[in-house]
Amino acid sequence: MSVEHNAGSLPGRRGGMAAPATPGARQAPASTPYVYDVTRKYWLFIAPATIVVGLVIVFPWIFTLWMSAHEWNVTGDHAFVALANYKKLLTDQRFLDSMWRTFWFTLLATLIPIVLGVWAALVFHREFPFRGILRTVFVMPMMATPVAIALVWTMMFHPQLGVLNYLLSLVGIAPFAWVYDPNTVIPTLVLVEVWHWTPLVMLIVLGGLAGLPTDPYEAALIDGASSWQMFRYITWPLILPYVMIALVIRTIDSLKVFDTIAVISQGGPGTASETLNYFLYLQAFQFYNLGYASAVVVIFFVIIIALSLLLLYLRQRTKWTD
Amino acid sequence: MTQHRMSRRRIMKAGAAAGLLSALPAPFVARFALGQSAFDWKRFKGEKIDVLLVKNPRSDLMQAAEKEFLELTGITVSSEQVPEQQQRQKAMIEFSSGKPTFDVAHLSMHVQKRLSEKGNWLEDLRPMLADGSLTTPDLDFNDFGKAGLNFCTAADGKQNAIPTFVDYWILYYNKELFEQKGVAYPTSMDEVYTAAQKLTDTSKGVYGFVSRGLKNANVPVWTSWLLGQGVETVSKDGKLLTDTPEAIWAGEQYKRMNREFAPPGTVGFNWNECQTSFATGRAAMWLDGIGFATPLEDPSKSKVVGKVGYGVVPKGPKAQHSAIFGDGLGISRTSTKKGAAWFYVQFITNKQNQLNILKNGAGSPARNSAFANQEVVRESKFGKQWFDCVLESAKVGRPGLPVIIPVTEFRDVFGVALTNMISGADPAAELKKATETFQPVLHKSEQG
Repeated sequence: MSVEHNAGSLPGRRGGMAAPATPGARQAPASTPYVYDVTRKYWLFIAPATIVVGLVIVFPWIFTLWMSAHEWNVTGDHAFVALANYKKLLTDQRFLDSMWRTFWFTLLATLIPIVLGVWAALVFHREFPFRGILRTVFVMPMMATPVAIALVWTMMFHPQLGVLNYLLSLVGIAPFAWVYDPNTVIPTLVLVEVWHWTPLVMLIVLGGLAGLPTDPYEAALIDGASSWQMFRYITWPLILPYVMIALVIRTIDSLKVFDTIAVISQGGPGTASETLNYFLYLQAFQFYNLGYASAVVVIFFVIIIALSLLLLYLRQRTKWTD
Repeated sequence: MTQHRMSRRRIMKAGAAAGLLSALPAPFVARFALGQSAFDWKRFKGEKIDVLLVKNPRSDLMQAAEKEFLELTGITVSSEQVPEQQQRQKAMIEFSSGKPTFDVAHLSMHVQKRLSEKGNWLEDLRPMLADGSLTTPDLDFNDFGKAGLNFCTAADGKQNAIPTFVDYWILYYNKELFEQKGVAYPTSMDEVYTAAQKLTDTSKGVYGFVSRGLKNANVPVWTSWLLGQGVETVSKDGKLLTDTPEAIWAGEQYKRMNREFAPPGTVGFNWNECQTSFATGRAAMWLDGIGFATPLEDPSKSKVVGKVGYGVVPKGPKAQHSAIFGDGLGISRTSTKKGAAWFYVQFITNKQNQLNILKNGAGSPARNSAFANQEVVRESKFGKQWFDCVLESAKVGRPGLPVIIPVTEFRDVFGVALTNMISGADPAAELKKATETFQPVLHKSEQG
């Protein structure tokens, strides 16, 4: 895009609104002060956003990178340690465990809501009595504050007095340890996430279903296609872009989940539910190892960017136009 | 409006006086202060101070007293309550910045003592204590219990804070369950085990013992057992004693009590889950801080009202101690209103306000005089046993956490080890691993 091309379409400095550029219209020469002034005006428009982005995104990132190369303790001096924090992370078993735990949690807390959300969207897309009320009830968990939800679930998970074990006892099932057992804490936390965020997936997919054309279905009916075949070969390919959007949102949300874990299990029992984000919180705000925590942030950022790019690439491939 | 600020020269004079006085015992300081005549509370009239508090019932009482303080002194107090964990972070960050936004801060000295000393956060109060024009004759410094004062006094003698609250760990027990099983209150840690064995009745959903299993929160349970061996977790010269035979014994005690007699899921229990188990009559004994009498004696929150026994932690193989934790109020070293701040600290920790803590069931105050008030003892719904337990625990009180900088990391590392023990891991191996992990952290913390 050349400066000369845009010059004619922008308001002139002295002449008020300039006429739209049309073939044959007289254009200002590139070397005139007029064009130079217009270019400067561009910077005026861009500058506020550039300054804000620079201050709130670019600078913190450069600063974080810089901190990650330092032994940064809030009570003492800062010493340059180059890549030592990163090397230490590679041998820190607790960090490595938290990373794999994060992937496991993310996988479960993403795929299960996707499956259930798509299923719920298909159900609520059909006409049936009280559909509106039931749909409203279904999306209610999503409206609640995560911390409040986590506190309620914590009470329900109490092994002796929680309502969940009481309900299990009514059908003769032995009490369950829920978040109070290292082996069951992750699936239990996933349960909370699923309950909370399946409605979001449902809403996204429902939006996609509402916009689907009816022609393919009519043609399929005439051809004698079954319900499953219509879903498999018409609905699924058409809603896939929406599912991919839900997948991207859920993946990023699951990767950075903090509030649910902090309130319900505090990373425990032991370190059984300590995800990367919680590990990062401990290092930065409990142990005040800011340099080390910054290195975790950088790695966390790289992981999120890599996963986001992968998912966006997959989304591109599922676009209808492809 | 005339504002009286402390000049540098005045502070230096007072400092010199304090230097002389510091060589003398505390009673002298008290007598010195008591010897003053009319005290001018209005000296800093018109000033405004900022106070950072922790969210708890004691801070509610402090805020309620601000109006009376304003009437007495003409000093306006702007205070805020922040939840404990966030308050510690805020204090840490602001003190480290060199320009905290508050003049007075509440400090959890069992966690922040060494940190505040090394960071030189707080004003040494000795010069002001020695200055009769700044310290009210009613202060009665000797009234503060030794346990609280130890938390607020640095190794070099600096008086960095004034104690407000001391938490003693005790053994709560359900008298009704004890009577039903014919069990007497245990007099030793071994008897705690045998009593828990007799009291556990899983068919009725009753467990003999409950204590914290959640990492970090669980460390004082282990150190309570360890104090029974007469040792702490870090020696006076800064050496870790966490993999010694005594520490391993305490680890084994922690493991067997939690694995054999505690309710299912104890591995994830913090104090609130323990409280729920005990308050519903599902646990016969509960080892924790003394501050839970209020909910346990509240009929709307507890099924064991009137049945709760309060016992001093039984003696261990070599000693009997109660793990203690303490809070204090300190004045920021960089505050420009130290005089007004000191007036606030004196007022808020005076005998009446400390007694109010006890009256309102907001915990155990740091002043001894509060417990000597027979009227409060008679009227208290906790009963005389609770007061006796506090006084007896105070006699055998010993810090429940090491006085080091990385207290939180200590609690985290050893908390994970203890949690693993409940899951079946070997105490000796876990403590060895945790000690090896924490040793470099401790070493590094005292450098730089």
